[in-house]
Amino acid sequence: MATEATAPKRKVRRRGYVVIREDECKGCGLCVAACPQEVLELQSKLNRYGYHPCRYKGAGCIACGICFYSCPEPGAITVFELEEGEEPPQS
Amino acid sequence: MARVILKGNDAVVRGAILAGCRVYFGYPITPASEIAETAAYYMPLVGGVFLQAESEVAAINMVYGAAGAGARAMTASSGPGISLKMEGVSYIAGAELPCVIVSIGRGGPGLGNIAPEQGDYHQVVWGGGHGNYRNIVLAPNSVQEMADHGILAFALADRYRNPVFILTDGAIGQMMEPVEFPETVVTPPEKEWAVGVGAARRPNLISSILLDPDELEAHVAKLEEKYTRIVEQEVRAEAYELEDAELVVVAFGIVSRVARSAIEVLRKEGCKVGMLRPITLWPFPEPQLRELAAQERVQRFLTIEMSNGQMVRDVRLAVEGRKPVEFYGRTGGNIPTEVELIEQIRCQTEA
Amino acid sequence: MDVKFAKPKSFYEIYERKPGANKEGIHYCPGCGHGIIHKMIAEAVQDLEIQDRTVVISPVGCSVFAYYYFDTGNIQSAHGRAPAVGTGVKRTHPDSIVISYQGDGDLAAIGTAEIVHAANRGEQMTVIFVNNAIYGMTGGQMAPTTLEGQRTTTTPYGRKKENEGQPVRVAELIDALEAPVYVERTTLSDVKGRTRTRKAIRKALKYQSENRGFSLVEVLSSCPTGWGVTPVDANQWIREKMEAVFPVGLLRDRAADIEARPLEPRPFVRENLHQLLEIPEPGTGDAQAAAAQGAGEMQHVDERYRNPRIKVAGFGGQGILFLGLGIASTGMELGYQVSWLPSYGPEMRGGTANCSVRVSSDLIGSPIVAETDILVAFNKPSLAKFEPDVRAGGVVFYDSSLIDASPQRDDIEAVSVPATQLADELGNTKAANMVMFGAIAEKTGLFSLEEVRQHLGGYIKKKKLIPLNERAIERGATYVREGA
Repeated sequence: MATEATAPKRKVRRRGYVVIREDECKGCGLCVAACPQEVLELQSKLNRYGYHPCRYKGAGCIACGICFYSCPEPGAITVFELEEGEEPPQS
Repeated sequence: MARVILKGNDAVVRGAILAGCRVYFGYPITPASEIAETAAYYMPLVGGVFLQAESEVAAINMVYGAAGAGARAMTASSGPGISLKMEGVSYIAGAELPCVIVSIGRGGPGLGNIAPEQGDYHQVVWGGGHGNYRNIVLAPNSVQEMADHGILAFALADRYRNPVFILTDGAIGQMMEPVEFPETVVTPPEKEWAVGVGAARRPNLISSILLDPDELEAHVAKLEEKYTRIVEQEVRAEAYELEDAELVVVAFGIVSRVARSAIEVLRKEGCKVGMLRPITLWPFPEPQLRELAAQERVQRFLTIEMSNGQMVRDVRLAVEGRKPVEFYGRTGGNIPTEVELIEQIRCQTEA
Repeated sequence: MDVKFAKPKSFYEIYERKPGANKEGIHYCPGCGHGIIHKMIAEAVQDLEIQDRTVVISPVGCSVFAYYYFDTGNIQSAHGRAPAVGTGVKRTHPDSIVISYQGDGDLAAIGTAEIVHAANRGEQMTVIFVNNAIYGMTGGQMAPTTLEGQRTTTTPYGRKKENEGQPVRVAELIDALEAPVYVERTTLSDVKGRTRTRKAIRKALKYQSENRGFSLVEVLSSCPTGWGVTPVDANQWIREKMEAVFPVGLLRDRAADIEARPLEPRPFVRENLHQLLEIPEPGTGDAQAAAAQGAGEMQHVDERYRNPRIKVAGFGGQGILFLGLGIASTGMELGYQVSWLPSYGPEMRGGTANCSVRVSSDLIGSPIVAETDILVAFNKPSLAKFEPDVRAGGVVFYDSSLIDASPQRDDIEAVSVPATQLADELGNTKAANMVMFGAIAEKTGLFSLEEVRQHLGGYIKKKKLIPLNERAIERGATYVREGA
């Protein structure tokens, strides 16, 4: 994993994609509050443990990782970076 | 092998080092301090670790860590310090870690005094810490046995993954006698379950927490099964003049030495008295006592202790009411004299 | 599509040790800071490639179950004792990486001694101190870091400094010590703080992997459940309340002053162990065995002095215990059974000292000398105290240069030796004890003078003192032999 010091500087804005494992999410909302792009939201539905899980709105992620480090669950959030021109997967 | 004259507190450490002990954590307290001092002197010479801990509690927890990491680790203290260590001892027993703790008894309760006493029998033999566990307890009565038990204790600790106490008193700790050490130098066994360095160690967990009641009950049952094996296999006792004895003295540690001298004198007078000396206080020599109690010639037992009567309960449990079990004790750090014991034993015989 | 941020590999994929059906989620409450800190530790362990040698210590508190998650060596420890347990692990395996993970009750209340001293020793470990100002596991009681006025279940009217004192600033406390290499306080309350925390944890572990010493990272973390607020509001409370009391920032980083040092090898020494321990080496002991044969039943000794029970008594500093040791040691070398039992403790520091010595051709029962065959008294109180214990027909040696009275009893033999004066004439009053040894040997025949001289080296460590001691022994013997 590239550290911040070694991360290449980019002219074009990074594009990312967030995968949330809903059953590991406890709906605390920390990632929603932290996301600078405001692309995360809590769902009205409940997961199997009775929490309102978070979801990625589907667009706008810049792969900054702020949500990852604000989330207390080790495996609930995975952040991907998209290649130039690559399209996010359809969920 | 030639003999060398040493203090009990010194001999136990040199024995332990021959047995592969290379880690010592301790805290100074009279009359046990020479144990730490001896370890402080020799450990650096043999590639070992000595550290004077900030407290007895820290010392026993360092032992917990070192034992959990696979070392043959040791600590020592006396009365008040042993009380403080009991938290760690319970964790060590619960996590099934092998280690050796030397307890050099002094006068109590409270700060008491520093003279030799056996009032720590209850806390060491019957528990002291919380929960369902037992310590293996060795009770040396000479400097030679301090050295021998320093070696034996580690073998037992590793064999059963259990804390082993060496319980004795200030007199045995402080006195000097000739000692003969074995030629054998032990390299401790590799412990697969220990934490440490390497991928093979990574799955290992040292812990005594079992949140689920059924799991904890199963763990306690497993410990009990181990304790049963120890009871079956590790009882040690010395019989002295018991072949025709009508009165059986039961004593350990320094008291057994004085009693032996008293019995020598009484035997010359024709008094049929002998002694059973527990070498292991747990497992307690119940079979031996039970067998003696069943002998028709044996009329009574006399337990002599430097306490208010602690081991005597174990003797009574073993004798199961078949014969009277009398008690004579001194406290305050007073060692009964030979003359005093001759008087006591004679009174008991005539009673 | 590249994975940019994902669950670190040093977490278990599935948490098999965790009870219940959910083995993929952690046990902490929603919004709890522990999970974030765990994640940062796991990431650092992974990136520094130290997973195979890391041992995480789970404390008592909510993080008692840290071992469910970290795919490393794990030890669960008693409340507050993690730094002591870590010390045991690290000293056993200096190449391990020890992480002491502790909460505020664990570290700053019940474990204060352990953390301060581990830090003071510069113990090579990393302490991650999670400060959330409350006891979470036990249900929201006051912690040592609970803020003034903060309500908890044990401060229902708010913490008052008059009653509970003020919050303990751990990072500052540790920073007051000389040894730690790195101390920093960080916060989880905002993005900047979390970035800083992640770097701090990584730095602390890196320093340990370079053997630079003790590091502590205090992390201000939230306990939404214990505080009774939402996770998002909890972060705000950290920012507004906690950070005012616990200032965030670097307190020290002395890595530049401390070289990254390789581990010193500490081999398990087996070779020459007897020699190192100063105990007889295998194959020795023939001389003693031969002596034991010759010693037999002590027939050559006058019956009055055979198998003697000896008491030596005097002031501390007169070499009382040493004389006793000399007698016992010589007896041992000659193949006898011997015992030496000192008075010990405060009484030997400036007060009176005495020891019981037995030399016997048989196994020794009691090492305690009550009824005394030979009393050696170096001062008046000792003579008065122990004279009554001398058996009828026994012998008393007393230092007549210091005792201006003679023994009162007429059923015992009294041998007056001005030992201190004779020693003074030899140039050192400290040799009085050995003057007395010479007198005892000469009088009782227990040992010959030659035997005493021959075995001096067995208990006199400073070899240059042996000639003086030889002269002292000779002088005492001459005095007894010639009466002057």
